[in-house]
Amino acid sequence: MSVKIGVPSKGRLMEDAFKWFGLKGLKAVHGGLEREYSGTLDGILNVELVMLSAGEIPRELSVGRIHFGITGMDLVREKLGLWDRRVVETVKLEFGHADLVIAVPSFWVDVNTLDDLDAAAAAFRRRHGFRLRIATKYHRLVREFLRNHGVADYQLVDSQGATEGAVKNETAEAIADITTTGVTLRANHLKILEDGVVLKSQAMMYRALCAETSDEDKATLNELLMRFKQN
Amino acid sequence: MQNRAAIRKEALRLRSLFEKKGAQPVETDILQPAAALLDLYGEDIRARAFVTVDSQKGELMLRPDFTVPVAQMHMEHGAESACYTYAGEVFRRQNECRDRPIEYFQVGIELFHIGNPAYADARVFSSIYSMLGNLRLKPAIGDIGILMSAVEGLSTINRRKRALMRHIWRPGRFRTLLDRYSGRMPVPNSRAELLASKDPMSNAGQVIGLRTASEITERIEALREDAATKPLPEHVIELLDEILEVGGKPEASLKRLREIELDMPVIVPAVDGLEKRLEAIENCGIDLNALVFEASYGRTQMEYYDGFVFGFYSERHSEMPPVASGGRYDALTRRLGRGRMVPAVGGVIRPGLTLELEREG
Repeated sequence: MSVKIGVPSKGRLMEDAFKWFGLKGLKAVHGGLEREYSGTLDGILNVELVMLSAGEIPRELSVGRIHFGITGMDLVREKLGLWDRRVVETVKLEFGHADLVIAVPSFWVDVNTLDDLDAAAAAFRRRHGFRLRIATKYHRLVREFLRNHGVADYQLVDSQGATEGAVKNETAEAIADITTTGVTLRANHLKILEDGVVLKSQAMMYRALCAETSDEDKATLNELLMRFKQN
Repeated sequence: MQNRAAIRKEALRLRSLFEKKGAQPVETDILQPAAALLDLYGEDIRARAFVTVDSQKGELMLRPDFTVPVAQMHMEHGAESACYTYAGEVFRRQNECRDRPIEYFQVGIELFHIGNPAYADARVFSSIYSMLGNLRLKPAIGDIGILMSAVEGLSTINRRKRALMRHIWRPGRFRTLLDRYSGRMPVPNSRAELLASKDPMSNAGQVIGLRTASEITERIEALREDAATKPLPEHVIELLDEILEVGGKPEASLKRLREIELDMPVIVPAVDGLEKRLEAIENCGIDLNALVFEASYGRTQMEYYDGFVFGFYSERHSEMPPVASGGRYDALTRRLGRGRMVPAVGGVIRPGLTLELEREG
């Protein structure tokens, strides 16, 4: 056995994760061929890097197939019910910053807060005969947020990509999506509600609570924890 | 894990007791069309019910309760007086409390009764009361209709009343609205700027989506009307708070409401209704002192109830969900009946819990 760390398998997240390991004195090394989805950490034995899609890392953590995993807070909180009973947030990684926000058309000059959105949704339903549609792929997070803020008469419609275009395409009246700079939102004639930030997310090193760990692994795990938390 | 067969047997025994009291047994589909439930409860129901998809019938929901399908059936076919009973499984997601079962039996009664509502309330309540007799449960009763009548009778514009009524089951949002209407909470800057602007739509940006510019203009008009409306006086807010705080022995609570109504006569008919209901319950041979009254009872979980509400709790097991619960849902029948309405009251017992308590003795 060895201690397994789930690492995003491509793109900016992977590059930043590798850089972060470097800063901790743990150079990440791709196994064998450049394209192989596994690797090791130089400077510590008994550790295996498992390259996975960032979206699959929460599930792998929750069932304990990996001991650690790097992924976005948004993905863990969206995909895992009672997430804090299954994983621990170990270290904030200070990259992959993104906010999950509720956005509406900029020309809705009367809607700037959740309070306005709720009132607009009630009037919309009376006029159009169906609940105001919010396009998103973050169903759980958005529903909990809107419930906690007492917004009613809306419905969530699933959108797995190009969500910012949903209003223009008339498949939704508003959206809830991840944004970093807000440029894409503005380009699609949308604005963020003043109190519409659902979650301020970033990449996080998670530890699985139910992963099987041998004695040897325990020692490795503790050393890793120490190295991760060192500045 | 309890024996399922034993629970089913207990469910059928309880149902036969309802039948003896004149209820007609009915069955409903386990897979319910999701659209009707979503329209009634809103998106929140997805967090509490299991949804599945059929390529022909679209989204379906595993029956989260019997009341909606039974009321639906009644409003489609009868819409007269009738009394039904049922027994079967309901399915609830338990995202927050994973120790609670996600499927369990309910046995219930639904009474559609044109005429004396106090009699109907007492009949449903006393049927359930008598069936739980020896389990040493604490019955709680409430009446959301008193708060509703207070809101209905406020001296303010209709739009404000409608907004408060819409959020009567969401105490947080209800409070925010009251704070705004009373002037306790200032108007957000963005709204103040909007209202100060002569032509708010001038730099609005590109028009996209189904919500039209005229809908926005209409809402701005509504906001202007609201801004020109006198704030709700402080003493009215205090009276609403006093209503929400009424609780204790039913007779003392009634007396307290009679005091409040001197300053808020609009609630008199609702308080009269409570008095008649208490009399009717007493006439069924139930000692009112054994009940607890809470004016705001069930305000967060029992959203389609709009009058009498009740629940039976185990005092020894405070973590246990109510063993039985129910209430009046006139407005639900109006929505399901597309305008037609039949006054209705109902309640359910959970045979899994009654058995568990019986075994303890």
